Amino acid sequence: MDYHSDTIAAIATATGRGGVGIVRISGEKAATIAQSFLQQSPTPRQALYSTFFDENGQAIDQGIGLYFKAPHSFTGEDVFELQAHGGPVVLDMLLNACLAHGARLAEPGEFTQRAFLNDKIDLVQAEAIADLIDSNSEAAARSALRSLHGDFSKRITSLTDELIKIRMFVEAAIDFPEEEIDFLADSQVLQQLDDLILSLKGVLSSANQGALLTEGVRVVIAGRPNAGKSSLLNALAGTDSAIVTDIEGTTRDVLKEQINLDGLPLHIIDTAGLRDSSDKVEQIGIERAWAEINQADLILLVFDGKKEPNFDPKNDWNDFLARLDRQDHIFLVQNKIDQTSESSEFVSDGAYPLIRLSAKLNNGVDLLKQELKSFVGFKQVEEGTFTARRRHLNALDTALTHVRLGRDQLVVANAGELLAEDLRLAQEALSTITGRFSPDDLLGEIFGSFCIGK
Amino acid sequence: MEYSKLYDVIVIGGGHAGTEAALASARTGAQTLLLTHNIETLGQMSCNPAIGGIGKSHLVKEIDALDGAMAKATDLAGIQFRVLNSRKGPAVRATRAQADRILYKAAIRDILENQPNLDIFQQAADDLVVEGDSVKGVITNMGLTFRAESVVLTTGTFLGGVIHVGLENHSGGRAGDPPSIALANRLRELPFRVGRLKTGTPPRIDARSVDFSVMQRQPGDSPTPVMSYMGNVAQHPRQIECFITHTNERTHDIIRSGFDRSPMFTGVIEGTGPRYCPSIEDKINRFADKDSHQIFVEPEGLTTHELYPNGISTSLPFDIQLAAVRSIAGFENAHITRPGYAIEYDYFNPQDLKHTLETRFIDGLYFAGQINGTTGYEEAGAQGLLAGLNAALRANGKEQWYPRRDEAYIGVLVDDLITLGTSEPYRMFTSRAEYRLLLREDNADLRLTEIGRNLGVVGDERWSFFQEKTEAIAKEQARIKSTWVQANSEQANKLNDLLPNPISREYSLEELLRRPEIGYKNISELDPEHVTREDVAEQIEVQTKYAGYISRQQDEIDKLRKNENTVIPDDFDYEQVSGLSNEVKQKLMTQKPTTIAQASRIPGVTPAAISLVLVFMKKASMKRAISVKETN
Repeated sequence: MDYHSDTIAAIATATGRGGVGIVRISGEKAATIAQSFLQQSPTPRQALYSTFFDENGQAIDQGIGLYFKAPHSFTGEDVFELQAHGGPVVLDMLLNACLAHGARLAEPGEFTQRAFLNDKIDLVQAEAIADLIDSNSEAAARSALRSLHGDFSKRITSLTDELIKIRMFVEAAIDFPEEEIDFLADSQVLQQLDDLILSLKGVLSSANQGALLTEGVRVVIAGRPNAGKSSLLNALAGTDSAIVTDIEGTTRDVLKEQINLDGLPLHIIDTAGLRDSSDKVEQIGIERAWAEINQADLILLVFDGKKEPNFDPKNDWNDFLARLDRQDHIFLVQNKIDQTSESSEFVSDGAYPLIRLSAKLNNGVDLLKQELKSFVGFKQVEEGTFTARRRHLNALDTALTHVRLGRDQLVVANAGELLAEDLRLAQEALSTITGRFSPDDLLGEIFGSFCIGK
Repeated sequence: MEYSKLYDVIVIGGGHAGTEAALASARTGAQTLLLTHNIETLGQMSCNPAIGGIGKSHLVKEIDALDGAMAKATDLAGIQFRVLNSRKGPAVRATRAQADRILYKAAIRDILENQPNLDIFQQAADDLVVEGDSVKGVITNMGLTFRAESVVLTTGTFLGGVIHVGLENHSGGRAGDPPSIALANRLRELPFRVGRLKTGTPPRIDARSVDFSVMQRQPGDSPTPVMSYMGNVAQHPRQIECFITHTNERTHDIIRSGFDRSPMFTGVIEGTGPRYCPSIEDKINRFADKDSHQIFVEPEGLTTHELYPNGISTSLPFDIQLAAVRSIAGFENAHITRPGYAIEYDYFNPQDLKHTLETRFIDGLYFAGQINGTTGYEEAGAQGLLAGLNAALRANGKEQWYPRRDEAYIGVLVDDLITLGTSEPYRMFTSRAEYRLLLREDNADLRLTEIGRNLGVVGDERWSFFQEKTEAIAKEQARIKSTWVQANSEQANKLNDLLPNPISREYSLEELLRRPEIGYKNISELDPEHVTREDVAEQIEVQTKYAGYISRQQDEIDKLRKNENTVIPDDFDYEQVSGLSNEVKQKLMTQKPTTIAQASRIPGVTPAAISLVLVFMKKASMKRAISVKETN
């Protein structure tokens, strides 16, 4: 009993955590996809350490590729597994490459379902699957709903309306050529198609949570010399990338470090100590620091609680504030509580959010991470959320491709029926976000808008 | 009295569904009886005198591909032929013909009377013989019993028909004909879900009282198209013109003044009318800002003066009809020969049918045509053919058949009806077909004739005609693949005029034909070996131009194919499937989809729900397998 032949792919590990992430592919195309990732034929049941290449031959990551030939696999179909580094960006890129190779995103529980349908697991195990599919799909639905809240949802809806409006004209012109209806001239359809393409691109680029996940957040660590900025960076990153000494002005250049907070990539920029200096090299560092500060999504303003127990940026750092474009992204970090015998805490009722911590003893650093995440509006990545988002981007991307193809058909071949076909496929792609829009719904729109019929 | 001859199939009704059903059944060799209340009205066009049009001609061509009568009769009766959407792509082109009513009826009658294995009998059917859960025959109103293995019911608008003109109404199956009350009452006793629908016709007008000089002329196309794959222009009778005129503000005022006596607006009519074929009062009411509506003035035939003013169907009182008609340009002195009317009739919820058009409750009983909630001769004929064919297959113990959505508009029609039901008279549109680029007018024979041959419904003449055509296509396809045009050759220079950039390397004719600028005509001029058959040349061009889209749709179909082939058992108990929402359970239980694919097309049934059903089906079959093992 083999119901499926299409190839499915999904990230098989919980996202955002752990050193290793697994992308799993099952179906007819698994071997072809494996070949393309590894740039060599995979041997069944052999672990192969290799670079993973995307569809354009660019390296994405390095890791272990595992190929299982049907029926000797978990699902009973050809299966290929990529064991890569666990960051969401890498896994996302790998998953994307799978989709580019013709796999589609797996439905919740679909791997298990295939295993069952292909006799790979027994009846007792199977009893649990119904519940699994049910709970997973509910969770997926919830997460889809979450990401559909607010602006994103509104824009998807208006995008769909735009598409339906064009389809209404295109389809009515095909099905009712004898009606005296002011169907759009091709040039007008073209204009509307161009508008739709722009809207699609707009929604795609501003899929909010998505942007956070793929591009990360730029965090600047600023503060007086020797306030402990570099120590804080090291504590956050867990490496010794910045040189930490007790001599003021040690950090003379902008240091960058990317760290991962439960799936949220942070690009941390440690600035040279901000002080007037006659040292030429140091001045260059300071200029760069200002350039970084003005592009940041978030500023961590670090001060030494022992030296300046009553630090208030409005009084003590007015010069600094005056040079900022905005102030709603400042976060105060009172460092060195090990020297003032205070305990780590988060204070939110001041003019700026404040965290007390000791970077040196790693006391309060986790608290800072938590607060950073909620400050940038990043919710903990749960299973499903990430996939749901990828699903949306994927749907939007497919829709965009079809609208563009259809536009070409209209321009090059004057083929209204091929435009109609591509617009149908665009709608089908969007319907994975918005729900099904049937031909009868479309006819309803047409009859509601035009006086049709003899 | 019981009639001595035992039939395989009895068809009740002699309209477009009934005639195609009877003919299809008889073509397979089944002994068939066509029972009609009036032999004179066999093949009657009760509504507008036209066959075909967008979506509809696709059905006519499919009927033709299965050797049915409608296209043949149209070629013998058509007095004006046009190809709609001729400037758009081949997938959405559609042939439409005005037909002479009398010639059409005569052509159908001629085909019926010369069909072997087919008897015709004039008697109204009053009752069905039902034994157990199976139909066994029909009882006529004089008490005569005919026995048969299968019965096809094609009673159109005659079941419980009520005709409305203004607030007056009376029972009737069509103006001038009695309704089938006894049969309607009998069927209402059976467990079918019955609903009411409404349709209407315009008043007919005497051409001698009309001034055509103020109307826009609408001639047929030249060269004249044909409807049947085997038809030719020489079969056509004399060709004539149609005309176009318009309503105006005065017409609309007159019609508005009759709203208070409209059976539709006063609630006398309870049935739902079609959205796409509204009455003139409905159009004026709903689109109040439109100050003019188009009317196609269609001659009813060569030997009659009656005109069919297409676009002003109405059930308003006669005084309003007359005043409104006379306010229209060219109709100032018009004489109405028959008033317009609306008709309400029973239809059976098609969700109670299988895809073969056999009812779920009574074995061997088939429904086809308007009784299933459709409208249109073409929709009726297509269902009739399918029902008649399956009734015959069943009677002879053979496996029944229906086309999938990707094989035919008939498949779309039947699947829409059975999966979604209908709340208005269902009409075909090309936008209903997701595989529109595959389901073209030009290739219905390539899609269906071989299948029909294997089912026994396609005769020898059509079969050999079809084989010649497909061989010619295959040969020509091979030729254009292997014929090459070199850069800078004389042939290339001929084509370069058409292309934005000159040909720079060697190309096959096929590759060249794929370009939007080049047609088959252009490449055929390069080589004396080209085919001369137009239908073959058309296939070559269409298949080459659409190749990319066709293969994409084919991929889509292949993906769904497994779901189409996964049958849900009749006795599947959705209550047992844990995790299904009550709403989805309800939908699946009332609609009883026969395949997983059909289930997934029911609105509101999610992919997750389908997964659950699949898993549960598998589980159930494993349990069965285990218990079989234990009992062994």
